[in-house]
Amino acid sequence: MDNQQHLNQSGQQAIQEYQQMIKQAKPKPPVIKNSFWAFVVGGTICIIGQGLMNLFTAQGLGSLDASAATATVLVFASALLTGLGVYNDLGKFAGAGSIVPITGFANAMVAPALEFKREGMVFGVAARLFSIAGPVLVFGFVTSWLIGLVTFIFT
Amino acid sequence: MEYLKAFLVGGAICVLGQLLMDLTSYRITPAHILVGFVTAGAILSALNLYQPLVNFAGAGATVPLPGFGHALAQGAIQGVQAKGLLGAFGGGVEATSIGVSAAVVFGYLVAVIFSPKGE
Repeated sequence: MDNQQHLNQSGQQAIQEYQQMIKQAKPKPPVIKNSFWAFVVGGTICIIGQGLMNLFTAQGLGSLDASAATATVLVFASALLTGLGVYNDLGKFAGAGSIVPITGFANAMVAPALEFKREGMVFGVAARLFSIAGPVLVFGFVTSWLIGLVTFIFT
Repeated sequence: MEYLKAFLVGGAICVLGQLLMDLTSYRITPAHILVGFVTAGAILSALNLYQPLVNFAGAGATVPLPGFGHALAQGAIQGVQAKGLLGAFGGGVEATSIGVSAAVVFGYLVAVIFSPKGE
């Protein structure tokens, strides 16, 4: 009885030591450096977006339409750069700076679609376009519907 | 000034995403960031907290994914005001239809035309 308790204790100690070891061995992300590049790249994409917004507004589009036109151009550029393999290189150092802007959404559609192209046009390209975009649209549309429902009930 | 504000606010939203990924020992993937930021943007927008940021930072607030959530939420609210309950279903989708459709069309074309880079 005493013996078993002792065994359990030393076993638990070994587990703790092992977990400590893993913690030390696992590479820590360079948080400051990652954040810096995320800031610079993400901010720069927004500057480009602002330039497009101003351009479309000057053409006489209202703010909602100008916003949609801006998103369209950014999505096109991002899809093209993903096809050329440039956007993924950018993502390696930009991290969230390339994920969080709308360009990251387009990249998340094109990258898996390209990668699984050999599985065919339906189950490869078309299905994989939505492997990440699908969940985004599901949660986005459901949240939007809930907000509409709440607005309907309380007004 | 307008561009500086867009840069600062847009950059800050991206840093938030980066910190979420770096400080949570890799449990949060880019897919979680996309879903979380769109949903968070929609909720903030419904609470009238996102429009002030858009007024301040322009594209710095609309280009990052919370801006997509903002469009979904405002679309739903305006849809309900115009069409009642039907608007709750259609409003958000209508407001984001151009961007979503563009992403599907361009995404499909690029995936068909280009070959995957072997890495």
